[in-house]
Order: sequence, then C-alpha cells, then structure tokens
Amino acid sequence: MQTLNRKLIRELRHTRGQSLAIAAVVASGVAVFVMALGTLGTLRSSRDAYYERYRFADVFASLRRAPTAILPRIATLPGVARVQTRIVSDVTLDVPELDEPAVGRLISLPEVGEPVLNAVYLRRGRLPEPGRASEVLASEAFVEANTLDVGDTLQAVMNGRLQELRIVGVAISPEYIFQLRGGDLLPDDRRFGVFWVSQRQMEAAFDMEGAFNDVSLRLAGGARSEPVIEALDRLLKPYGSIGAIDREDHVSARFVADEIKQLRATAVVAPSIFLGVATFLLNVVLSRQIGTQREIIATLKAFGYSDAAVAWHYLKSAILVALFGAVLGAAGGLYLGRGLARLYAEFYHFPSLISRIDWRIVLAGVSLSVLAAVAGSYRAIYQVMRLMPAEAMRPAAPARYRQSWLERLGLTPWIPLTARMVLRGLQRRPLNSLLSSLGISAAVAVLLVGNFAPDALDYLLEFQFERAQRHDVQVAFYEVASPSAAYDLRHLPGVQTAETFRAVPVKLRFRHRSYRTSIMGLGQRRDLYRLLDVDGRAIPLPPAGLVLSDKLAELLAVREGETVTVEVLEGEEPVREVVVSGLAVEYAGTTAYMDRQALHRLMGEADTLNGAFLAVDPGQLETLYRELKETPQIASVAVKSATVEQFRETVAKNQLTMQSFMVFFAAVIAIGVVYNTARISLEERSRELATMRVIGFTRSEVSAILLGELAVLTSLAIPLGWAIGYGLCYAMVRGFETEMFRIPLVIHPESFAFAALVTVLAAAASGFWIHRQIGQLDLVAVLKSSE
Amino acid sequence: MSRAPASPPSDVHARQVVFRVRGATKVYPMGEVEVQALRGIDLDLYAGEFTVLLGPSGSGKSTLLNILGGLDQPTGGSVFYRELELSGASNRQLTQFRRHAVGFVFQFYNLIPSLTAWENVSLVTEVASDPMSPLEALRLVGLEDRRDHFPAQLSGGQQQRVAIARAIAKRPDVLLCDEPTGALDALTGITVLEAIQRINTELGTTTAVITHNAAIGEMSDRVVTIRDGRVAEDRRVAVKTPVAELRW
Repeated sequence: MQTLNRKLIRELRHTRGQSLAIAAVVASGVAVFVMALGTLGTLRSSRDAYYERYRFADVFASLRRAPTAILPRIATLPGVARVQTRIVSDVTLDVPELDEPAVGRLISLPEVGEPVLNAVYLRRGRLPEPGRASEVLASEAFVEANTLDVGDTLQAVMNGRLQELRIVGVAISPEYIFQLRGGDLLPDDRRFGVFWVSQRQMEAAFDMEGAFNDVSLRLAGGARSEPVIEALDRLLKPYGSIGAIDREDHVSARFVADEIKQLRATAVVAPSIFLGVATFLLNVVLSRQIGTQREIIATLKAFGYSDAAVAWHYLKSAILVALFGAVLGAAGGLYLGRGLARLYAEFYHFPSLISRIDWRIVLAGVSLSVLAAVAGSYRAIYQVMRLMPAEAMRPAAPARYRQSWLERLGLTPWIPLTARMVLRGLQRRPLNSLLSSLGISAAVAVLLVGNFAPDALDYLLEFQFERAQRHDVQVAFYEVASPSAAYDLRHLPGVQTAETFRAVPVKLRFRHRSYRTSIMGLGQRRDLYRLLDVDGRAIPLPPAGLVLSDKLAELLAVREGETVTVEVLEGEEPVREVVVSGLAVEYAGTTAYMDRQALHRLMGEADTLNGAFLAVDPGQLETLYRELKETPQIASVAVKSATVEQFRETVAKNQLTMQSFMVFFAAVIAIGVVYNTARISLEERSRELATMRVIGFTRSEVSAILLGELAVLTSLAIPLGWAIGYGLCYAMVRGFETEMFRIPLVIHPESFAFAALVTVLAAAASGFWIHRQIGQLDLVAVLKSSE
Repeated sequence: MSRAPASPPSDVHARQVVFRVRGATKVYPMGEVEVQALRGIDLDLYAGEFTVLLGPSGSGKSTLLNILGGLDQPTGGSVFYRELELSGASNRQLTQFRRHAVGFVFQFYNLIPSLTAWENVSLVTEVASDPMSPLEALRLVGLEDRRDHFPAQLSGGQQQRVAIARAIAKRPDVLLCDEPTGALDALTGITVLEAIQRINTELGTTTAVITHNAAIGEMSDRVVTIRDGRVAEDRRVAVKTPVAELRW
C-alpha cells in the first residue's frame, strides 16, 4: 500500500494544475458554506441572546391614548405574562449640521428601574436623571450617522413646543436593531433616530399624565399570539388602537429574520453550485485518468490487489483533492465569516457578538466536499472495479466517431475539416460536452446573480422614486387638518406645488381574507404622487372605486372589478362595499388609493387632510427646512431625495465588495471547468494533434481545434448560464419577497453582457494556457506509442 | 566499416542528392545519463530512390528518420535537404518543410479518428500547394470505395493504406515510412508495401523505409544497415524481389 500511496502523490503532483483547479472550486463552495452558516449562527445566537437579555416583547400595539387604569385588565388577559406600557411619539428634530429636519422617536423610560420589556443597553454615558428635563438617551445608529455624542444637544418640536434635548447617553435596543420607521422603504439613520426620555418628561410634554399610547406584551410560556392579539385588540379598540402585531410583523425583527433567511438560502444555493461543478470535474478528470491507466490497473490486479484496493486507490486521489480544497475553503470561510459578522455587528448594533467557531459546520462542509468527491468518482471507480486484468492489458477499443448532425443535414461541404473534428469530438461524448457547458454556465449564472441586486434596486428606486413618487418632501400633520393647511403649505418658502392627501386606517376584507392597511385619498390633479401600471403609465383615480397596490390585491386574492369590504378604523368606523377599479404596481407597501372626495364621502366627513407632497425649488430647500423644523403642527417631514441618495451610497459601497467576490468565484468556476476540459481534451487527443503537427500543421492551426471546442462549449454555456441565472434571480425574488417589500425581476442588458464577458475572458485565459502546452507536445514520443 | 557515403549507381549518376548527411550525431539526455543515438552518420539519399534503412531496435534508425523528416535536429554534424540546412532550421522552417516536402507513414497509422478516410487525406491536401485530389490518392492505395469510412471501421492494413494516401496526396518530394508494417501481419504487410512501391515507381517519390525486417530490403534499390548509431553497411540491391514474393 505504501508504494501505491507514493504513486498517488506523484500523480497528483504531476496533474497539479487540474487538481488545484478542482480544489479551488471545492474551496469556494466550502468557504461560502462555512461563511454563511457560521455568520448565520453568530447572527442568530447574538440576536436570541439580545432579545432574551433585554426582554424584547412578543406583542406590540400602539393606540391614541388609554388610561393606566386599564393596565390590570391587560395583564390578566389569558396568555399574557408581562406588560409594559409606554408613551411613544415621533417629533421633528433640528440636528446640527443637517439642513433638513429629522424625525425623532421619543420613547418613555420608567422613572425608577429598568423597563419590564424592551430594555435598553447603555453603550456609554448615563441614563436620564429623573426630574431633569431635556435629558435623553440617543440611539447609537443616529448618533454615529450624525457624528454626535454624549453632551451634544438637539432641538425638537414636542407637541407644538420647541424644546432642547441633551444627549446624556448612547444606547441600543432589541426593538431597533434595524432602525426603520413603519411604512418607510429605506433605512436612514441620519434622518431617523430613537430617543429614550424619562416617563415624567414625556407625560408633561405630551399631556399624557396617567395615560399611555403604546403597549408591549411578553407571552406566557406556550401561549400563542393570535388569541392574545384578538383579545388585546378588543380591549384597546375604544382607545384608538388600530390593531396589535406580533414579533413576526415587527419591522426590525422581520428585517433581522429576513437577513437570516437570506443567509440560509446562500448557504444552500452557492455551495450546491460549486460542489456540483467540482463533482462534474472530478468525474471527467478521474474517468480520463483511469482510461490512460488501464494497463496499470490490470497489472495491479494481476499482482493480486483486490478490486476494492485498486478502487480505493483512485477514490483516494479524488478525496485528497477535495479535502485539500475543503481545508482551504474552511479556513477561508472562517476568516470571511468573522469579517462578515463584524460587518453585521456594525450595521445592526448588537450589544455583543456571540461569535465562536462552530466545528460542526466546518465538519459538515468538509463532509459535503468528500461526498462530492465520492459522487464525482463513482463512474470511474465503477469502471475500475469491472475491468478484468486481461481485458485491461489490451488497448481500449478505438474511439468511434460519426458524422455530426449538422453534417447529416447536408451541410458537410460548408464545414471546414477542423470544424468537423470539433463537432464530431463534442458529439462523441454528448453528456460530457453538455456537462462541460453546464459547468461553464454556472460561472455565467453566478455573475448574473451578482449583478441582479443592483440592477433590481436601480430599477426599483427609479420606478418608485422618480417615476411614481416625484415629490421632494412629504409632510404629515399631527392631527387631521382643514384645507387651509394646504394653503399655508403652498406659501412656505420654495414650495412650488403641494398635493395634499388624506390617509385613513382601514381593514379590507374580501371573502375569507382580510388585511389591515390604509387608504390614501389623493386629489384628481396629481403630478407628484402618481400610480403606475405595469407599463409605467399613470392610472387615473376613478370617481368612486379603489386602486390597490398589486401586492395588496394578491394578498386579498381580489381582481379588478370585484368588490371588497372596507372597514374604517377611525372616526365613525363606517363599513362600506367598494369596487376595485384598478391595480397599481408598487415595490413597497400595501396601500389602497382612492379619490379624496370619494374617501370623504365614504367617511361621511368634510374636506380634511393629513399631509401633503411638496415639490420644492432646490435653491430654497434650506429656508424651507428651517421653517418646517419650527412648524408645530407638522409631525414628520420625509426628505425623499436625501434618503434615496444615502441609500444608494451605502448599497454602492457594499455592491463593489459583493461584485468582486462574484467575479472571483465565477472566474474560479470558469477557469476550473475550461482548463480541465481543455487539459483532458489535450491529453485524449495528443496523438492526433501531434500527428497534425508532424504532417506540417502549425501550432496555431492545431490549437484551433482545441480552442474551437472550448469556444463552442463556452458559447453554448452563455445562453444556458443566462437562463439559469435568470431562474436563480426569479427564485431570489420570490424567496425574499415580503408583504412590505418586493424586488422587481429586472436585469440590465449590460449585466448579461458582463456575465458573458467575464466568462469568455476566463475561458480565453485557460485557452491561452492550453495553446502554450500544445507547443510543448513531444511529437516523436507520441507517435512511437501504440496509445 | 565505411565512413564515406555509398556512391550512386552508374545509371542514376546524374540524379540529384535529396538528403546529404555528414557526421550527424545525436545525444539524448535521459535523466542523469546521456544516450548516444547517432555516433556520426554520413549518408546521401538520391532522388527517386527507394532506400530501406535496416537495423535492430535501438540502432538509431528511427532517430535518423526523425531528423530527415524535420521532427528532430542533430546534436552535431550537418543535414541538408537539397539547399535547406535542416540541422540549423528554425521551428517555423521545419513546419513548412514537413508541410510541403515530406510525407510521413507511421507504424501505428496515426489517422485522425474523427475524420473519414477521405477527410484524413483532405486534411493534408487542403494545406498543400500542389496536391492531387484525395480520391486519386485513395485510388493509388486501392481504397477509393472506403472513402467515407471512419478509422474505427477499417482494418489495420486499410488504415495504413489510408495513412499512405494521406502521406502522398500532397505529392511530397520524399516519403518517409517508420516501420509501416510493424503492427501488421505478413499478408496485410505485403499490400501496404505494394502501395508504397507503387508510389515510388509511379510518382518517382524518393522513399525511405525503416524496418528491422531484413526481408523488406530485397524489394528496394538500396539497403543501408545502421548499427550502434553508425552506418554499418550500404549496399545496392542487384535483383529486386517482387513484393508479392517477399516472405517473413
């Protein structure tokens, strides 16, 4: 056995180019596997520990105002373990160094002790001292985005009064791992921050003595959330609650859960591609090796080595290559995983990252690679087992060729001889050719998937924020306002147009399905907030019916022309039947739209509004912002362009890293497949290529045959890879789609071209390598052997 | 042992010298030792002549043929093909030499398995400057009816005859055959030798056949015996034996 091992090592060294190419593909697969699963483990255990230690609630409800006297009734609802009531309010902030107004979410902190639920983790500084007005804790994300720190102050418009907020501490909370306002599409840490203020100060500022407007529950062990939510909704409805949600629907919790879901998908999809390619490569390389070693195999068997011993000898070489790749990949995966976890820690603001190496994941990754090696060797090993010693001593039967199907179509005279050699060579082993093409197409697909996210995001931002929503600023009032408010808005500095809206919370019902959302009542003459159909054409609002966002229609399973029941959750709470008269394409949110006058009629109310979309003269933005910051009636100001800009920047930065990874991985696959295919082809055909060289063909003419074969395989692989990549993108779109957020399946033509180009370049590099090896063919030696 | 090349027979005295070899040596480094394959060969081959290079395995005859065919270059001495000095030619020149002047026939046929008989011949005629038609070449070796067969569908003798057709289709100046019957039984070998002889007589192609089979020498004009890397004997064949009567 010792000698056989020596043979093994020498042969591996001899074919190191091929072995390394395969090992690199295995390494990529194992690296992604270990990285994704490792990060997933870190993220999940960090999150779970965070939720547990800081008592993240299970059920959340916000309401208009309820007396603290009802607290015992909430606490005694069946299934409720703990209750935390708070005062929560969004206010307009004036942040130093920030022109536009920001939004601050103020959350009350108990005067004494820690909150029962949704505790905060103090990063630095101290808690606000009871009795000292204006002291706040600020969220870390906001503080970092605005380069603020303990000791800095901000101005806030609280309940119509301008007040100073002094940052005494910086904190994070499990409630705001991902800091996003409900209904917002994009996170913007600069313009949205969370602040914790003492209970007494909140009561004073918002006239909420002995009252609360936010409640969180911790469920008793084993209790389900649905019945609790139902009971809570019944209890809180008179106090202006529009319905409680559980953790699954909590914005921040859902974002983190989605991220974990994505990592899990990555951990399955990417390694499958890489290990699949590696399996195929081992299959062809080992089959070829066994083809050339028939005599050696026969000799070994003749000397008394058992079938199993000989088979194990060859299997070992495949396993060694895979193991080598797996060890490299595992090390790389652990390294990348640590980097990724650090990135997450920075992005999500965890108190601490629970990051330890999970050897089970490493072991699983290595085992998978060994499994791929065994699967890849199966065919070759089977051949070894079956080979009789005497049979192996005879040379293999000569290769049988046929005319290719192109020639049988009668095209022969137009196909040059070398092209015929290429076509017949490919057709002699259709399965191998197909697999080679499939292998290369994996590279194309990986590249396409890598480019898909920015393309889709680009399209989404353009569609949503340039073609549909064309306003610069959206303002919302604290209270329902009279039409005169619109007049005031129009006369603010720089405001060119103001289009007002009326938003009403509703529950829509269709057959057995229902969905809670809001109806936006919009004016008939609109230019700033448009509803678009699939082709990007503006949809006019009908005089009476509803226009639903396409996702909302899907959730309700309702089609155009059908009638839904509208249960208004505000004012007189009327219930009405309304026809769905149109569907609007939207990639975020699940809003219903209606003509504003029709909405007023439905509500039985006079002309009122909740806010407006503004188009602003860019030169006067600063003046406008200053004015808005000090307007007490305004609850929030959303500055669209700044938010979109910031988001684009963040994405662009991440994208570059992502893209270089994808290009690297794709190149590993493309080079791995093309180089191995070409090497095998070169070995199998060295005799005929040398013959051609001997009878006077130049190196280039001979190379053309091998390179032609690669060119055909690569050109087949490109459309195939496009199709596979498109399919993967489709799967991603479906997989990542949530009620709040959809990704359009849009891939730019440039991305298709880029995927093809990188693959062709990688293939060309391998081709050049092969071309050089043809120059080193030993003409004389090849002709002397009888194959 | 004569170091001087055999002079041409009187009736071909006016014939041109096609190959002129002087003091050719060849040393192969084989790992740590050096193998002296040729130890100083002097030889002239004349236009239209059918020469058999005879010698046991390891005598250096294949090395000599490879050098004559432009596949290899001598370590020392000079080798001329007409005016071209093969011993100093560049890779590109050697390729052009092989492309236009030489027809090769190998022991193991070396047909391209993915091309039919006709296409194997066309492979050469397509790059040659004044070729015959592939069909004509196949007719010369008696295989015109097998033109559309792939190598795997032909017997060993038939494959070798296709190889001969491929070698002569470009009307080469010289035909070099390396143990052309080595892989064949005697009866099949005869048909192959007949084809080679026919080419030599009908087209007047200078032909050199290397073999370890002394019987084959009797059908040629001249037998050069190589031993230990030197010319051991160089004799004219007075009475040529018809190929069909050769026995081994």
